[in-house]
Amino acid sequence: MGGHSSESGPARTGFMGWLNKRLPVDAFVKGSMTEYYAPKNFNVWYFFGSLALLVLVMQLITGVFLTMHYKVGEATAFDSVEYIMREVPYGWLLRYLHSTGASAFFIVVYLHMFRAMLYGSYKAPRELLWLFGMVIYLALMAEAFMGYVLPWGNMSFWGAQVIVNLFGTIPVIGPGLVEWIRGDYGIADATLNRFFSLHVVAVPLVLLLLVALHLVALHETGSNNPDGVEIKDNKDAKGNPVDGIAFHPYYTIKDVFGVGVFLTLFCIVVFFMPTFGGIFLEKPNFEVANAMSTPDHIAPVWYFTPFYAILRAVPDQQLGALAMALSLVCLVLLPWLDRSPVRSIRYRGWMWKTALTLFVISFVMLGYLGLMPPSPLYTTLARICSVVYFAFFVLMPIYTRLDPVKPVPTRLTSDHE
Amino acid sequence: MSDTSGAALHGSPETPAVDNSRRVFLTQATTGLAALGAAFAAVPFIASWSPSERARALGAPVDVDVSKLEPGQMVTLTWRKQAIYVVHRTPDMIASLAGNDGQLKDPGSKASEQPAYATNVNRAVRDQFLVVIGNCTHLGCLPKARFEKAQPELGADWPGGFFCPCHGSRFDLAGRVFQGSPASVNLRIPPYYFSNDSTLIIGKDDAVQGVA
Repeated sequence: MGGHSSESGPARTGFMGWLNKRLPVDAFVKGSMTEYYAPKNFNVWYFFGSLALLVLVMQLITGVFLTMHYKVGEATAFDSVEYIMREVPYGWLLRYLHSTGASAFFIVVYLHMFRAMLYGSYKAPRELLWLFGMVIYLALMAEAFMGYVLPWGNMSFWGAQVIVNLFGTIPVIGPGLVEWIRGDYGIADATLNRFFSLHVVAVPLVLLLLVALHLVALHETGSNNPDGVEIKDNKDAKGNPVDGIAFHPYYTIKDVFGVGVFLTLFCIVVFFMPTFGGIFLEKPNFEVANAMSTPDHIAPVWYFTPFYAILRAVPDQQLGALAMALSLVCLVLLPWLDRSPVRSIRYRGWMWKTALTLFVISFVMLGYLGLMPPSPLYTTLARICSVVYFAFFVLMPIYTRLDPVKPVPTRLTSDHE
Repeated sequence: MSDTSGAALHGSPETPAVDNSRRVFLTQATTGLAALGAAFAAVPFIASWSPSERARALGAPVDVDVSKLEPGQMVTLTWRKQAIYVVHRTPDMIASLAGNDGQLKDPGSKASEQPAYATNVNRAVRDQFLVVIGNCTHLGCLPKARFEKAQPELGADWPGGFFCPCHGSRFDLAGRVFQGSPASVNLRIPPYYFSNDSTLIIGKDDAVQGVA
């Protein structure tokens, strides 16, 4: 990233000069901050990338401190969480920051992904950027799922039972695979211990690596923007994009404002409604895990429910699990399913706008239905929404080609408005 | 890079040209062997996730005195971390089973998991005792006992059986799954036998019968 730009400007002397000969500090700051040009027309949708990074750091810090008090193990886990909540000074705050942070992470990531769909940010040359993002999303799902098991409440236990058993639907190797994942004949101490290790050590390391790759890929292609116009196509005499502004100080200041708004909303939840009415922390999880008592109604935490609703909508075990897996695969394939010559929704036709609207409605509906107990009406609705969900992706190569698009300007439009 | 260094080392006119096929073979053999070594090194890490010796030892058979179980009653036990339902079926319950066949996915239990001695009409060694692994064959939740007929949530034609609250799978009083359930196969039946009139042993086949 911009290692060459260290030669421009007067050479530094003193400590910074000494340092720069040994570590490319100035070159890095220039290449990725002060001389990294981003489109000047970022809107509110562009807050969510930096917010995701903020939540990641918050989760790492609160997680490190929770690990100091949490005692992994069938016999101790639930009690140690109660101990954190009642006896550790500010333990309740650490825990609520972490549990609210998990939901906040998904809210921010879903909005970040939706931004990419609005403005076609996954389209060439940013396919790999999208792929790294999707792997981050999948790793985040694994991280959140295993984290939810750690308090060893009854929903932790039965959630783990259901999710781990999903692997049992794989033909031939399924049953053996499930036993291997659990390390016992049922969800047990062994399962809790390995999930703890993965949640605290392995997956966070993978996440950090993936986030680094996501950022390197982003800085290589540069950010897309609400117009979907490539700013690198119009450069000034110095070779900088005419429609670009330096990331620092312009966007760092903008992001700090976004952080302020986000933290205000976040703190309202942490301090006044940490369970968010049973959606962020479910009621059965305030009871200790009991292998002999399934809660009357099992629902995963809200960020998994759209996929869970798809699973339940299919009246066949293996096909249901397959549909759920495919619903994620569809998202991964988005850059290759979308054949539109245009990136941004601003210049797309009615077909894409209709399809995207239906998709968002079906996704939100599925999320709601996945939270609710099964009933004949809800099952029918979930089936309709699942069909819409898959139709959005399967028909995409067709309607994105037929869609009557508008001409795309050569420069960003913000100047003319 | 390797070309230039190779030329520097061996490239003089007197020495013969580098034997590239030999070099390629050595490179591939080294890489292949390293991959094989990595695969072997992964074995202990992967194997460490299998059930430990202690977990296996705790999977020993359990027993229950069924003489204390009244007709129509159910008792739940634990074997290998799974819930075992033992139901003392009334003659009415047993008689009603045949009437369900038309609504079941697998009435003959052909695709389902049970020992040979329980692969019969009533899925039991003794007709009055149903012994099943309670965990739903869909995703492992525990179906609730709904033995009375015609329950409001399950419809007027409900013949009595089990209902899973998680995903709505329904089973009859022989643990057979009804059509329209997300579960595809009947509740599993563990190996079991009666060591005497009143003692049920779960987790082991009868040494005399000897079939699993």
